[in-house]
Amino acid sequence: MNVFIIMILGFLVVCAISTALTKSLLASVVIYMAYSVLMCIVWMLLQSPDLAVTEAAVGAGVTSVLFFITLKKIHAIRGDEEEDHHEEK
Amino acid sequence: MKKSDSLWRRLRALDEVSWENPLDAQLTAAATDEPDSELRRRAPLDFAMAEARHEEMREALYTEEQLQVNNLHLWVGRQGKKWLQIAYRITALLFCAVIITFLMTTVVQLPPFGAVENPTNNEVAQRYLEKGLKETGAVNMVAGMILDYRAFDTFGESTVLFVAACSVLLLLKLGEHSPDAPSPAMLEAEWDDRHHEPKNDAILQMAARILVPVILLFGMYVVLAGHLGPGGGFSGGAVMGAGLILYLNAFGFEKTGRFFTYKTFRWVTFIALMTYALLKSYSFFCGANHLESGIPLGTPGAILSSGLILPLNICVGMIVMCTMYAFYTLFRKGGM
Repeated sequence: MNVFIIMILGFLVVCAISTALTKSLLASVVIYMAYSVLMCIVWMLLQSPDLAVTEAAVGAGVTSVLFFITLKKIHAIRGDEEEDHHEEK
Repeated sequence: MKKSDSLWRRLRALDEVSWENPLDAQLTAAATDEPDSELRRRAPLDFAMAEARHEEMREALYTEEQLQVNNLHLWVGRQGKKWLQIAYRITALLFCAVIITFLMTTVVQLPPFGAVENPTNNEVAQRYLEKGLKETGAVNMVAGMILDYRAFDTFGESTVLFVAACSVLLLLKLGEHSPDAPSPAMLEAEWDDRHHEPKNDAILQMAARILVPVILLFGMYVVLAGHLGPGGGFSGGAVMGAGLILYLNAFGFEKTGRFFTYKTFRWVTFIALMTYALLKSYSFFCGANHLESGIPLGTPGAILSSGLILPLNICVGMIVMCTMYAFYTLFRKGGM
């Protein structure tokens, strides 16, 4: 159990650092989602399931969706559509 | 800078020196005072040469100065920027190091995690744990705490969410127009939305058809059983909001517009907040202390128990769900 906790805490640190250092904004948001899911497990291990449910719904779900939408609005995600658009030009 | 200064002095000195040179002085005097002087007629070549020499020296000095100014600009542009960056990095590193040192020393001084003699294990927590079930009737002690003893704090949280939704509305909501005559901004947002978001994606629709009812049901369960097990208004509301967002993503605004419009958002949020305030206002007026509400607490563990906690949970869940969904729609299209 102890090894499991230490592993998760290590992953948390790795996720937090790589969220800040990743160049691609999309990858950054996905890593942030992973961070939230890990944090959710940590809450469970700390015996607070209330917070775990909230963290999973808000941290990994709604916040990331809002981030995705913002990235789309500022054209930070290069989808297939945009490539087609370039080819047309 | 120094070099440029000396250059400027030399340029100024040139005029004075030329006055000291007898021939030049005579020539210049002749040129300014009497254009058709004897001297000029006698030695036109000398005069012209002196003038040309003067002009040449001036131009040479001017080009030199220009060159030095350019060099200065280049230095500021390249070397100076580099130095600035290095200084910036060193300052940032020092700043981080100082903050890390402060935080680390504080962490070292914290009491060990979960120890019995920690200051958090005081009479407040003890009282909550010992008398909580009897006084609030909630099996889930967290719900009993946040919606009974600390209901005022939770009301503040709901208000914070409401204020956040209001500011997002102020920032992102496009003007009030009837759907028959939309404004240009609305048309543009509509086109942008149609262009970027999935429309009639078969996989997404199939997944949503299976998942959305389960998610919404789970969210309702979390809200309604908040006083019996882990969960409560906030987490359940967030789950329901996420379910609504998935539904909207799969089926578009036409489907969600049938049951959730801007008007719905306004009324649901308003009524939920007002209900919360009315239900708990007696407690707020008495200094936010725990008071008997007069409602029988019922058997702990039954769904209809623990007095006001269930309706308060429903209110908070409604506010959170509406706020999450409103955030999403406003971010996406600037309207619902």
